[in-house]
Amino acid sequence: MKNRVRELRKLKGLTQEQLAEFIGVSRQTINAIEKEKFDPSLPTAFKMSKLFDKPIEDFFLFEEKY
Amino acid sequence: MKEERKKHLLNLALWTWSWVATLAIATFGPKFIWDDHTVLTTFAILTNLINGVLMILANRKLFNHYDELERKIHLESLALTLGLTVIVGLTYSLTDQVNLIPFDAEIGILVGFISLTYMITLLINRKRYS
Repeated sequence: MKNRVRELRKLKGLTQEQLAEFIGVSRQTINAIEKEKFDPSLPTAFKMSKLFDKPIEDFFLFEEKY
Repeated sequence: MKEERKKHLLNLALWTWSWVATLAIATFGPKFIWDDHTVLTTFAILTNLINGVLMILANRKLFNHYDELERKIHLESLALTLGLTVIVGLTYSLTDQVNLIPFDAEIGILVGFISLTYMITLLINRKRYS
């Protein structure tokens, strides 16, 4: 799934390590999400939404495949 | 999170080492230490069994501490390891039954295969998501 996590993280002036600490996941997980290799769970997406102060659909872009 | 992870890892390492140690004692003790004393042998085997259960519980605690990606990586690796172990294990046993191999099929070989497969699939999956 396409996302704008890297962009929003940088806007907040956070490192991957700091974002990982805020969300409660590992830095590798943040890296995989930013590289669009892994889609996070709903709780993780909500935590990001709270931190970035934006609705989830603003930074996770759902693409219909069918 | 990191401190808690270290604690879980250390806990698992301790239980694993003590399990290996109690397994060695239960294996070699009857012959080299207590001269086939049945009560001591039973005690050593039970200690090893209980130690093994505690090692599994420590591993479960560590697994529950993993985040979602780490769990996915481990689950995929475990699924592949389980599948390969069943297939390779049965084939290995069959080759022994039909005398295609000149030695007995030992469980130790299978345990080694499980460890190696899990490590390799873990490395591949970690690389995939890095």
